[in-house]
Amino acid sequence: MNNLSQVSRKVRKEVIEMIYQAGSGHPGGSLSSTDILVGLYFGGVMGEEDKFVLSAGHICPAWYSTINLKFKIENLKLASLREVGSSLQGHPYKKFASFVETSTGSLGQGVSVGVGLALGKKMKKEKGRIWVLSSDGEQEEGQIWEAAMFASKQKLNNLCLIIDRNRMQIGGETEKITALEPLAQKYFSFGWKVLEIDGHNFDQIITAFKRAKENQEKPLAIIAKTIRGKGISFMEKQERYHACTLTEEEYEKAMEELK
Amino acid sequence: MRQQRDYFGEALLELGKSNPKVLALTADLESSLKLTAFRKEFPDRFFNVGVAEQNLVGVAVGLSLEGFIPFCASFAVFLPGRCFDQIRVSVCQNKANVKLVGGHLGFSNAGDGASAQSVEDIALMRSLPEMVVLCPFDGEETVCLTRLAAELEGPVYLRISKSEVLPNLKFQISNLKFRIGGSRILKEGKDLTILAHGPILQEVLEAAYNFDVEIIDTYSIKPLDEQAILKSAAKTGKVLVVEEHSIFGGLGSAVAELLSQQYPTPLKILGIPDVFGESARNWQQLLEKYGLNRENIERAIRKLIDK
Repeated sequence: MNNLSQVSRKVRKEVIEMIYQAGSGHPGGSLSSTDILVGLYFGGVMGEEDKFVLSAGHICPAWYSTINLKFKIENLKLASLREVGSSLQGHPYKKFASFVETSTGSLGQGVSVGVGLALGKKMKKEKGRIWVLSSDGEQEEGQIWEAAMFASKQKLNNLCLIIDRNRMQIGGETEKITALEPLAQKYFSFGWKVLEIDGHNFDQIITAFKRAKENQEKPLAIIAKTIRGKGISFMEKQERYHACTLTEEEYEKAMEELK
Repeated sequence: MRQQRDYFGEALLELGKSNPKVLALTADLESSLKLTAFRKEFPDRFFNVGVAEQNLVGVAVGLSLEGFIPFCASFAVFLPGRCFDQIRVSVCQNKANVKLVGGHLGFSNAGDGASAQSVEDIALMRSLPEMVVLCPFDGEETVCLTRLAAELEGPVYLRISKSEVLPNLKFQISNLKFRIGGSRILKEGKDLTILAHGPILQEVLEAAYNFDVEIIDTYSIKPLDEQAILKSAAKTGKVLVVEEHSIFGGLGSAVAELLSQQYPTPLKILGIPDVFGESARNWQQLLEKYGLNRENIERAIRKLIDK
């Protein structure tokens, strides 16, 4: 687990670096989901035939950094985030990067596509698991619940949906905007198996991922409780950091904390 | 006469028999889109996702990424209408191999009224990069374009009607194969070029019977058969577009864009006049009310030729 913390630290540094260089990006969600991503890619959970969908496309800096550390993707330059022609588009875009399974950035859509992938694998009787990372704000999209009903009906036990529950969205705290709670109960009532974990505790993260394999007949939703902006004291839970341009001062202070 | 959707349903069944990757999906409109035969033959390759068009598209995309060729069918008002953003991002940004079928085009669903009558679907689909837009007329063309859609790698929108159509056009002059970006000349003439698509072509053929006009079935709206259109415009000097779609954004607009930029030619667009439809007991009543029946088309032809 020590190693995973180190990887997370590196990812967070790269996230800040990338967003600062790019002049814009989404630090808050990228930081809150870092540990989930590191746990998924470095925790010995993902199989060869598995696929990943970043439905919350805006937090791609964390994903780009994680997969680059894991797979050393050829020609991938983190400093090129959001540059013209870059494979590192502001939101994952398949046309520019073959490592993107499906283009996202419009909330709710990646989950549906993930459901389709899981269904496809089942039809072909293939082993692969489909992992989808979503945000809690994203749960406000109706398409999510269309997908949830269908996934349950189709018994897609090869589907694992992780929700980065940092309790914030652009307009502030989620619960001041919509009654997302009780979120776990919502998924349970839609016929899913649900786990709630601390999204910054690797023991809990890895254990939850491993339980995805136990699933008999239901898709699995892992609600990971996180802190938006996690890892940088002045960013945690602050409204500004959903999406912003980092100033030089913010950049330096952040990098100092992540040393 | 059989309805155009019957030919589509049969074509899909045949496709399903010859290609195990072909799937049929719908948002609870199985019988309306004539998918029942496919479902009965291939129950494991058919999915009714329920009244959920956005998820319909997303699931189809996922299936296509796993190597399948999904045909998603709903009414043209709902697909693209209800799931436009999903088609935009999940289908087109991925250039996903998904075939979208919009049924009950235009006024063909007379009784249900405005909310079931799509006047704007071509305008929507034309505007999307990577999208191919096909609008068949007779039974044979419907079958061929359905097949073509499956053969093409990438997104396709197929516009299907509830209206009755002829099985084929035996009198057709040219024996050209159907192709993406193609068109077919149904009648050669010199006084006027008429461009049209879909079942309304039947009204056009009857209206034009006694005139020396050139009629081109422009079944591929995107990409457009620019060469054929320009050649005919040069020959006749006047163009009339007739379509069961809003005057804004359909074939008329596509032709206007082409001609005004490459070969300015007097053009008249006869379509649904920027209104929604309404209930009627039959299709003909709506064509008559909104100026798209053969009498009105004939009037438009006469006016253009006499000018």
